[in-house]
Amino acid sequence: MPSPYLPNTDAERMAMLHEIGVGSIEELFQDIPEEFRNVHFKLPLPFSELELKEELRQLSNRNTNLDDYACFLGAGYYRHFIPSVVGHIVSRGEFYTAYTPYQAEVSQGTLQTIYEFQSLVCQLTGMEVSNAGMYDGSTAAAEAALLACRVTKRDKVAVLSTVHPKYYEVTETYAKGHSISLKKVEPRLDGLSSDCACLIVEQPNFFGYFEDMNAYVQKVHDIGALLIVIVDPISLGMFKPPGDYGADIVVAEGQSLGNPLSFGGPGVGIFACRKEYLRQMPGRIVGKTVDVDGQTGYVMTMVTREQHIRRERATSNICTSEALAALATTVYLATLGKRGLRQVAELCYHKAHYTAEAISKLKGYSLVFPQPFFKEFVVRCPVRPHLINKALFNESIIGGLDLSHMLDNSILLCVTEMNTKQEIDRLVEILGTFYRD
Amino acid sequence: MNPKEYKYTQEHEWICPEPGNKGKVGITDFAQSELGDVVYLDLPSPGTQVEQFKKMGEIESVKAVSDLFAPASGQVLEVNQAVIDEPGLVNHDPYGDGWLVRLELSNPSELDALMGSDKYDEFIAQLGEEDSE
Amino acid sequence: MGHHYLLPDISRPGRIGCSLPRLDVPPSELPSEELLRQELNLPELSEVDVVRYFIALSKLNYGVDTGFYPLGSCTMKYNPRLHEDIAQLPGFASIHPYQPVESVQGALQLMFELQQYLAEITGMNATSLAPMAGAQGELASILLVKAYHHARGDRLRKKILVPDSSHGTNPATAAMCGFEVGTVSSNNEGNVDLNSLESMMNEEAAAVTLTIPNTLGLFDPQIAEISRLVHERGGLLCGDGANLNSLLGKAKFGDLGIDCVQVNLHKTFSTPHGGGGPGSGPICVKGNLAQFLPSPLVIKNDKEYTFTIPLKSIGRLGASYGNFGVMVKAYAYIRTLGAEGLKEVSENAVLNANYLKEKLKAYYHLPYDRTCMHEVVFSGKKQKAKGVKTLDIAKRLLDYGFHPPTIYFPLVVSEAIMTEPTETESKETLDAYIDAMKEIAREADENPEILHTAPHNTPVRRLDEVKAARQLDLRWRMGKHH
Repeated sequence: MPSPYLPNTDAERMAMLHEIGVGSIEELFQDIPEEFRNVHFKLPLPFSELELKEELRQLSNRNTNLDDYACFLGAGYYRHFIPSVVGHIVSRGEFYTAYTPYQAEVSQGTLQTIYEFQSLVCQLTGMEVSNAGMYDGSTAAAEAALLACRVTKRDKVAVLSTVHPKYYEVTETYAKGHSISLKKVEPRLDGLSSDCACLIVEQPNFFGYFEDMNAYVQKVHDIGALLIVIVDPISLGMFKPPGDYGADIVVAEGQSLGNPLSFGGPGVGIFACRKEYLRQMPGRIVGKTVDVDGQTGYVMTMVTREQHIRRERATSNICTSEALAALATTVYLATLGKRGLRQVAELCYHKAHYTAEAISKLKGYSLVFPQPFFKEFVVRCPVRPHLINKALFNESIIGGLDLSHMLDNSILLCVTEMNTKQEIDRLVEILGTFYRD
Repeated sequence: MNPKEYKYTQEHEWICPEPGNKGKVGITDFAQSELGDVVYLDLPSPGTQVEQFKKMGEIESVKAVSDLFAPASGQVLEVNQAVIDEPGLVNHDPYGDGWLVRLELSNPSELDALMGSDKYDEFIAQLGEEDSE
Repeated sequence: MGHHYLLPDISRPGRIGCSLPRLDVPPSELPSEELLRQELNLPELSEVDVVRYFIALSKLNYGVDTGFYPLGSCTMKYNPRLHEDIAQLPGFASIHPYQPVESVQGALQLMFELQQYLAEITGMNATSLAPMAGAQGELASILLVKAYHHARGDRLRKKILVPDSSHGTNPATAAMCGFEVGTVSSNNEGNVDLNSLESMMNEEAAAVTLTIPNTLGLFDPQIAEISRLVHERGGLLCGDGANLNSLLGKAKFGDLGIDCVQVNLHKTFSTPHGGGGPGSGPICVKGNLAQFLPSPLVIKNDKEYTFTIPLKSIGRLGASYGNFGVMVKAYAYIRTLGAEGLKEVSENAVLNANYLKEKLKAYYHLPYDRTCMHEVVFSGKKQKAKGVKTLDIAKRLLDYGFHPPTIYFPLVVSEAIMTEPTETESKETLDAYIDAMKEIAREADENPEILHTAPHNTPVRRLDEVKAARQLDLRWRMGKHH
């Protein structure tokens, strides 16, 4: 049966073979030794468009989706409102079926968008320069650590104990190649020795509360190390940008800025830093210039850092990254703008605090950390958290992240602008049923 | 056209000996034309010890990176700030305003190992022939 | 015409592009000033401003939807619309990576089956879907090579060998994993020079990375010999699966002696390239290497799917499980085509490339005149002799309405023009492209000036890359823009 994705007819194929001067397509594969050729392979029988759509709709229905369930789960991936504009713009074929803008003359749409992305990231984080994006927040953190090792010529990376454990693990993977060692340090920074290339801090941290950044900046810079800050980009709608407190590199998961959760990917890693580290940055960078007629245009620049020029001495092997997710982020930030992003951040803040306060008043529950927080907080529960999550699930609520392997009977809850008062009150009500005198 | 009083390396650096065992260093006209428009220079800062024929920096054009080797051992005395600010000087005036660093030579006799201008002219003529083969 | 204004230029104080719900709970006290941000300088636009701005930008772009995009080594095939709809189903788009596994069984089943399909297609035993791009898949492969040798107690192997025709990511990846890079020469037929490999493949070499077919678009018939040599001397043979589009159902990497290979879902399995991502670069390995795969993998216990961490895993590559949204599209592609359909994909991709090769070889130098696979590499040598560079040819193609091929790669061909038509292009599209290339060859003889100054009718013309690199302008600043 002809395939909709293979336009040539048998007659056309015959005509082409004739031009090539061979009798069959098979002859074109003659360089593959006979013994390896035309292997049998087992795959399910093909589906028509109609059948496949139905099959996959049913498969997708085996997942509990957060359009149907209330959600109080975060921990680095967040459910935030995505204006309809975002989806419509990223669905333009001119954007999503293009590739890396090697031919700048016909890629100004992608290039100018990346320039906007870099600019918006800088405005948001308070940093001087940004690249076009990394795979995700965790690889951005790992590559930031590698950058710090390159510029300081040191091979130890200090990670604050309150950083997302998965970010630690990813950094560990990337460090393996270079024989770089990682160490966890506690907030007093006793473990931060003078041979450390950097300190990685998350703000707000994995547990949701704000770190005292002023206490870290000086200590880190005193030993000639770099301060790498992982941020929640939505928090920057109301909280101080890392550029203001002396961060050297800022990384973030950009998923929450206009990208669906999609089981954790694709998102986009935000990577911004001080200008002095620009030439050590991994990834693509777009710059503004003019064409031969003096018209403004954009090009990929500083490409000598990259793998296709510098090969084994490149700053990273990254090439294809997450341009479409970066486009979504750009459209999202443009749509929300100055007031919208602040409003989203404030909605998260107030709703999370309302929730935390209500839960802390319940008998048997307490907030584990006294520090100020943004939209996530850790609650100690009277029973094992998985029991609570199970009960919530039965009431169409996805509960928080079970932290009982780190902190006794504790759960990390996240509240965003997506959670209505009704949902929150229901959550509190169900939690209240678990306390027994 | 390659200045007579300069000495040259096979990697296309030149050094112009100066009184007091000093020397100004740059890249040759041939090197700059091969590289194309220079857009960035990574030069050793003053005080750095460099070793003859060892890498001491990098020169970048839009689509290529080239290592810069020290034509002689010694200490970097001065870096040409003008060329850092305006890398195009390397293309426009490689033997003059486009100089890169000034060295204090620790072993001036090393210069004997370098080519004179005649020999360097021959050297690049040969390279040209190989290229056209 | 380019697009002369940026977001700050159209920003007007007081505008907003979306409406948000009112606060439905009592406000809480704000934390200390010390934590709060004073100014947030983002643009202020209405929704219509946003739409018009980005639609105008989209029109300056060229994509597969716009026309022929024969960018060699990138497999710019048509991306079925169906995939987009499926990836947006709430059951796929609106699920959280840390939801309980019982609540995402559909997603895990999809991943589990995709792992199996890819293992089947590549002839390997196990797959990890974790890598988020081809280059990250390569990184995983080389870290795995390191872990494999270390687990055997062999710490002497410090080199990764790559052919001189290799992609820049191969040496860059080797270096990221702490290896030195050895470059193996190609012979005059475009295959690996076995003598060169023989002399370099010693107890210091950890692995050889081969792109199959190679970046010249050629299948190296000595593959069995190469595999024997590498394995006899204790090394691993890693595949770079970037060119899998020519082998579907025709040959399996596993049979060829490959120990691990990364597969680019965004190339072979038709997921959109997105202007430079998202990609997805799963790695498939032979059984003895499965214990080192990046985590996590999906396994099936009785009736339930769950995640597992391989025994000696090289670790995590991201905070979730890879680019799930991309996996959904690749999965849909495989299910649409089935085994026979995938085989036809490769057959037609190879047919199209050979057709271009035959029709154009009289006009452009063909350094390796033999049957090619899914792509053909010409050299602009003839035209260069008349002062026309390959860059000029590429830019002139833009005037004819085509996206140019990959140029100046692979490095072993001077003035390279690397052309990959893919199977989704019809004969008439190929013929139109062939006519344009012939016309350009004629222009190179008769009117080279028109090539030197090309392109002439694109939104912008040749851009000053020197100015861009010397006077770095990498962002705007609100308020200081004008």
